[in-house]
Amino acid sequence: MMYWLKFVLRNTLRHRLRTALTIVGLVVAVLSFGLLQSVVDAWYAGANNASPNRLVTRNAVSLTFSLPLSYREKIRAVPGVRRVAVANWFGGIYIDRKNFFPQFAVDPAPYFSMYREYRIPEEQLRNFLRDRKGALIGRKLAETYGFRVGDTVPLQGTIFPGVWQFNVRAIYDGAQPTTDTSQFFFHWDYLNETLRVQAPRRTNQAGIYVVEIENPDEAAAVSQAIDATFRNSLAETLTETERSFQIGFVKQTEAIVIAIRVVSFVVIFIILAVMANTMAMTARERIGEYATLKALGFAPSWVAHLILGESLAIALIGCAAGIALTYPVADWFAARMGTLFPVFEVKSLTVLMQILAALGVGVVAALFPMRRARSVGIVEGLRSIG
Amino acid sequence: MPDRPLIIAIRNLVKAYRRGGETVPVLVDITLDVEAGEFIALMGPSGSGKSTLLNLIAGIDKPDGGYLRVDDVDITALDEGELAAWRAQHVGFIFQFYNLMPVLTAFENVELPLLLTRLSAAQRRDHVTAALGMVDLLDRMDHYPSELSGGQQQRVAIARAIISDPTILVADEPTGDLDRKSAEDILNLMGRLNRELGKTIVMVTHDPHAAQRAGRLVHLEKGVLNNSEQ
Repeated sequence: MMYWLKFVLRNTLRHRLRTALTIVGLVVAVLSFGLLQSVVDAWYAGANNASPNRLVTRNAVSLTFSLPLSYREKIRAVPGVRRVAVANWFGGIYIDRKNFFPQFAVDPAPYFSMYREYRIPEEQLRNFLRDRKGALIGRKLAETYGFRVGDTVPLQGTIFPGVWQFNVRAIYDGAQPTTDTSQFFFHWDYLNETLRVQAPRRTNQAGIYVVEIENPDEAAAVSQAIDATFRNSLAETLTETERSFQIGFVKQTEAIVIAIRVVSFVVIFIILAVMANTMAMTARERIGEYATLKALGFAPSWVAHLILGESLAIALIGCAAGIALTYPVADWFAARMGTLFPVFEVKSLTVLMQILAALGVGVVAALFPMRRARSVGIVEGLRSIG
Repeated sequence: MPDRPLIIAIRNLVKAYRRGGETVPVLVDITLDVEAGEFIALMGPSGSGKSTLLNLIAGIDKPDGGYLRVDDVDITALDEGELAAWRAQHVGFIFQFYNLMPVLTAFENVELPLLLTRLSAAQRRDHVTAALGMVDLLDRMDHYPSELSGGQQQRVAIARAIISDPTILVADEPTGDLDRKSAEDILNLMGRLNRELGKTIVMVTHDPHAAQRAGRLVHLEKGVLNNSEQ
């Protein structure tokens, strides 16, 4: 075995430039595959982080239609419901349109009682609850734009016109590395009271209701009960789990996600072709050596495994380097993307897929040369020498 | 009756190649005996079938007809796997272009056939050292083939050929790629192996000078055995 390994490794290093270029190709492919898979994961991060005991109730017609504030108490009265909070998408612009981050006007007390994964210092939370214009923001958002507690953040309203001033009163951290800390929350009361002056017809409207239920197993029954409460009303509701609600968002951009997935596999296919070519060239050049080994009494399978070993060695070196690079490159990419991807991490499953892809490339690239080395006649192979 | 036991017995051996729809006879009704410890040279012009005959004797090619026994084994009846195991045990190869593995040192090249045996690493080392000593290359055991001259590479190849103490040595133009001095050294070495160790050697050569070192010359002409001279 040691002899075989030595033989394989020395063969691998025989054409250093060719091996190095193939490994570079593999590194790029494994890295690209990992990054693209992480982008897809980031797309689904919201859905994956959703809690099973939270529901979202929205207008059955469309998310762009609001619901009356009066629904809040009616939903709270539905059996199985523990808490209800209003949440309105604000959609403001911070200085420039490219500075995108999600902003929500919420009922602070019930809302943050439901989102226990947001870790908020008690004093900061008290300060936020006391300040009508207060804002509670995530750590990633604060770091991206340099916001600190005490800063005033102006947002140019798009859905709700005017320039809105907010005082950063609290910064929350995530309980898990995957918790979204790119969000900006403020008091729904502030929004509603301001609208009462500026646009009275838009007051007392909720974008969505976030509903906490007692038992996640009863999510379907509670959802049906909520929707039944408002059947045949002017604003019928559609209630679904938070996860379904988030996936609904992702589905709107599903074509992009599919395209990214396809590209990630195309990258692997391209490197497979490159690697197969390398191994085919390698085997063709060594047919005489394989014939000699067979003449000496080595079984065709032993000879074929020399090729497989070499192919796997190249694939695994490229894979290891590609995975090692994936983490720093992903960090750099996440920093460059700012709050566009609230959660951007390289998952263990992604690394596993990178390893499997590299192994697959190593094995498939060796198949044809192995077959050729096994089947070539000794006399024919020996003729190629000289 | 031969003085020594027969090591190779060939009867009515036939071999032909097919090119397109045409059958080209290469060996026609070859009958030949080789005694244990003989050193024979197969001579003949290009295309006469001498290398094909050598390949058949070495078990790396199959005849179309006839009978070929080596050390009482009918090798024409063996399948590929059995032939490979038989070659590992009974045949030592000496090629024109040495056919050493370029990524292995002289020591590792000589050790290669022993990987097919049950010898321990220490036993293999002893055998390889002895074989390299026999070809006077102990001081080059850690050199790669590219660091050796043609003559030295052929000596490594001879050490590899004898390492597993095979029944026969087959040599295909062993001096064909060497200068006169190196060729002389190799022929001397083969002569020693034959005389001192009693190795049976079948050598294909174009070179009459090399052929004279053999104990018997066998001439082939258009696939037919013409004559045999002592």
